[in-house]
Amino acid sequence: MCRALILLIISALVGLAAPRADAQSGTLQDILQTHAGEVADPGRRTVGPLMEDLAGSGLPGVARFLERWSDKQVVRNTGDGLFYYGTEDGDGYALADIATDEPAGRAAADAIEEIRPNGGVRRVIAGALVQFQLSDPDRAARVAALDAIARRPAADQLEPLRASIPDEPDPALRARKDRLANLLTARFGADTETRIAAIERLSDAIDLETRAGLSQILSAERGVAVNLPADANVARVLEIGSDLSEADAYSQLVEADLAPPPVTNAGIREALAGAMAGGRVGGVPRADLSDPAARTRAYAALAEAGTVPPLVTPEDRAVAVADHVFYELYNEPDPAVTDAASAALAEVEARVGRHQVLDLGLDAISLASIYFLAAIGLAITFGVMGVINMAHGEFIMIGAYTAYVVQTIVPNYTLSLVVALPLAFAVAFGAGVALERLVIRHLYHRPLETLLATFGISIALQQLAKNIFGTQARPLTAPGWLDGAWVLNDVVAISNIRIAIFALALVFLAVLLLILKRTRLGLEVRAVTQNPGMAGSMGIDPGRINMLTFGLGSGIAGVAGVAIGLYAQVTSEMGANYIVQSFMTVVVGGVGNVWGTLAGATLIGGLQKGIEWFNPSNTLAAQTYMILFIILFIQIRPKGIVALKGRAAGD
Amino acid sequence: MIRSLVRDTPSIPWFLGILAAFCLGVTLLSEATGTGALSTSFVKTLGKTLCLCLVAIAMDVVWGYCGILSLGHMAFFGLGGYAIGMWLMYARTEIIVAESLASATIPPTPQEVEDAIATQIFGVVGSNEFPWLWAFADSFVLQLAMVVLVPGLLALVFGWLAFRSRVTGVYLSILTQAMTLALSLYLFQNDSGLRGNNGLSGLQNLPGLGAVPQSVVSITFFWASALALAAGYLLFAWVVSGKMGSVIRGIRDDEARVRFLGYHVEGFKLFVFTLTAIVAGLAGALYYPQAGIINPAEIAPIASIYLAVWVAIGGRGRLYGAAIGAAFVSLLSSWFTGGGAPDIDLGIYEIRWTDWWLVLLGLSFVLVTLYAPKGIGGLVDLIAERRAPRRTGDVGPDAGALRKTEAAE
Repeated sequence: MCRALILLIISALVGLAAPRADAQSGTLQDILQTHAGEVADPGRRTVGPLMEDLAGSGLPGVARFLERWSDKQVVRNTGDGLFYYGTEDGDGYALADIATDEPAGRAAADAIEEIRPNGGVRRVIAGALVQFQLSDPDRAARVAALDAIARRPAADQLEPLRASIPDEPDPALRARKDRLANLLTARFGADTETRIAAIERLSDAIDLETRAGLSQILSAERGVAVNLPADANVARVLEIGSDLSEADAYSQLVEADLAPPPVTNAGIREALAGAMAGGRVGGVPRADLSDPAARTRAYAALAEAGTVPPLVTPEDRAVAVADHVFYELYNEPDPAVTDAASAALAEVEARVGRHQVLDLGLDAISLASIYFLAAIGLAITFGVMGVINMAHGEFIMIGAYTAYVVQTIVPNYTLSLVVALPLAFAVAFGAGVALERLVIRHLYHRPLETLLATFGISIALQQLAKNIFGTQARPLTAPGWLDGAWVLNDVVAISNIRIAIFALALVFLAVLLLILKRTRLGLEVRAVTQNPGMAGSMGIDPGRINMLTFGLGSGIAGVAGVAIGLYAQVTSEMGANYIVQSFMTVVVGGVGNVWGTLAGATLIGGLQKGIEWFNPSNTLAAQTYMILFIILFIQIRPKGIVALKGRAAGD
Repeated sequence: MIRSLVRDTPSIPWFLGILAAFCLGVTLLSEATGTGALSTSFVKTLGKTLCLCLVAIAMDVVWGYCGILSLGHMAFFGLGGYAIGMWLMYARTEIIVAESLASATIPPTPQEVEDAIATQIFGVVGSNEFPWLWAFADSFVLQLAMVVLVPGLLALVFGWLAFRSRVTGVYLSILTQAMTLALSLYLFQNDSGLRGNNGLSGLQNLPGLGAVPQSVVSITFFWASALALAAGYLLFAWVVSGKMGSVIRGIRDDEARVRFLGYHVEGFKLFVFTLTAIVAGLAGALYYPQAGIINPAEIAPIASIYLAVWVAIGGRGRLYGAAIGAAFVSLLSSWFTGGGAPDIDLGIYEIRWTDWWLVLLGLSFVLVTLYAPKGIGGLVDLIAERRAPRRTGDVGPDAGALRKTEAAE
């Protein structure tokens, strides 16, 4: 089936309509010998039967032969009359077998006849090659051929592309071929109806290729004339002021030779400088020329004398612009096609917009889960215990560096990650307990001092990390199964690491809620934070509980550090980058509540992505506006989104 | 009034005397006015340190006396620097541009001059137009007003919003830190109109004074800084003395109780916050012409935290403590990071202070917080108490009567 079709197409391509059923059997050399004259001196109109035989042979080396034939690398050895691949080698030629491309000795230069197909033949060969590539058994080759077509669409690719569709085994590639065939039909179809039909079929797509193809159909060029051209396919008429500034309109007039070029200020200055004589120019003394009005006067005098082109005054400019009509013309002459294309493009763009919102939502969730991870440990130490720990970010850093060290010891990335997660928790837990025992324990009633003391710890730890690991960023490589991305279509995609971080955030949320609400430790933590004295008289050791709680919060920060290190890079400042955002998250969400932290992270992540959407190039501005928003938000809800009520609120 | 001020704050004559003696010493040793034992750059460092002392005193009033741990006062300091830096940069570029255009055949129009200045200043961020922020940059007086107005208004609006909604304690600290972060992130953008992370540079060259050597400029700025510090000390001594000082300290110790006594707590806090912000802005306006360059990193939250560190190490709740802390830590810091401190060779590891100074600072900060909450200023107490031990001791049941006599004064 496939072969027969290919035959049909090629016959159509070369303008001959006589399929030969008896496809030649034998080697490539045999086929070439059958058509030896055609191979050696091909002509665009007569090469048909040869191409048919080549296509029909089904031999593996045909595509290579066609490529090299087109590249003028095929030679004929006049000695034995056989064809070879030949490369010039000193004063002779190195020959290679035509079927296998294996070396086949040398030949003297005078025994070799070089074969040079002309441009017309090369086009025929290229068409046949597309056909071969599109039906290549190797999927990558087929994708490459489709990519080439999408990059440089041309009318003569349509037929081979269509022909290759029915035999395409891969459903995804087949859909893509369908789409490309539609696109080519839309651009190069025979008549208006087929083109419009193809365009309408394109309107349910979302991919970049379709969007680019539709915009190519709708490509327009600017024009200017006294009257609107009558029989042209006008895209739109430009309004001066709203679509086009007067200055731009005038420069377009100048380009079209419809108006004299304006004299710039620099031009005036040069003209005056050139005509300066005896300290005066145009009757104006030099010293006066710092006044723009005097300059105009002097220039006008020069223009009157005829030495310089006259000044184009703003009034002249306005009149010239008003006398002309500025418009955009479609390059496509058929208005029915452009109408259909713009309708289809609008539909596609609307769908793209909806998917972008979805993509933005995914981005926001992913950012929110990173903020949540960074802040959840803080939600315990700050939110539940009320301890301001400015060194929280450094616990994140400790976790990340732990993972980095593990990775240098354990070469398997998956295994090292499995080791690093609990180890990061353990190390950060230990650091947290040490910090609580040594420093924070003494400062429970002096929160501002806690802030400053932990800040001291923070700068000391950062500098320590710099001294140990250096200032450059250390990479934390994710295992292979976390590489890549989950791609829904050309618009919606999210990397696997972000999905993993989202999952990790969910796990943290569940584990933390479980610990706080369902375990003995959680009960004691809540009791101590609500009323340490009463808890103490019930037999709970507040010191021990505070130590464990602080360790828990720090350990979670350590695990978050591993996740953040996978997503970003491990530096000594990575924690400091998150500390203010983390406090914001906890404060906005509502202190003393894990759900509040979740709400805060969602709000901040969503907000930041939302602001970035309005101004995608500028994340700094997004952060600025987000912080301003938070400052205002605290005005409205000083206790955060999820505010504690009753006695637990403390105050 | 001066007498009561000195009685309330006995440190005033001491502080001013030591400052005057220090000034005299530096003047006699500087290159321009004395023997030249102190290099110009060191005089500049000392002048800058005096500015830091001034902003530290302001920080002490707002934190040590009023209990607001503001992590935004270095932002006000930086804003003052930016305000004066805009004029310095504009005026100096104007002179350079005027010189280069004067030799042209045709004298330039005012518009051409302005365009040339804009290209010169903003070429580095790919622009050649003045942003609206620079509308007053050509006027020294207006820009000087900006030094006061911009930090003052920002502090007023921010403080009003924060105090009105009763944000206190650590929440307020975090909120001020957020404000600082937002400001520095904003300034880091190239299209903020203040040259992004390039900042403003060449501020040490005073416009119109190109012929005056830097040694004279440096000692002049040193005197100006010392004068500003003395004036600031008197101003804040006045603010924290008398009845207003008592209310401010009361707010620090128990805000709710002061409110129930009928005082308008928010008004006092707003006054202190705004006044200190203005002084911080003025200190910045004196600091940056000596530093020569300002960029958004100077405004980042870490700078304000360091300010709190200086005040805490020097001793909160006493004005001279803040000044001592700022001078001590910043000079020590530049000594350590500048390679002044000798490295210690432990045989297996060599401690290079450029690497380890921050570790030392951080840890000593923890130790001061834990074991010496009074800071360096506490040493003064030790000396003062040895000289004149307090003999009143526990006044017992009639302590109330003592307070009554105090109130009658």
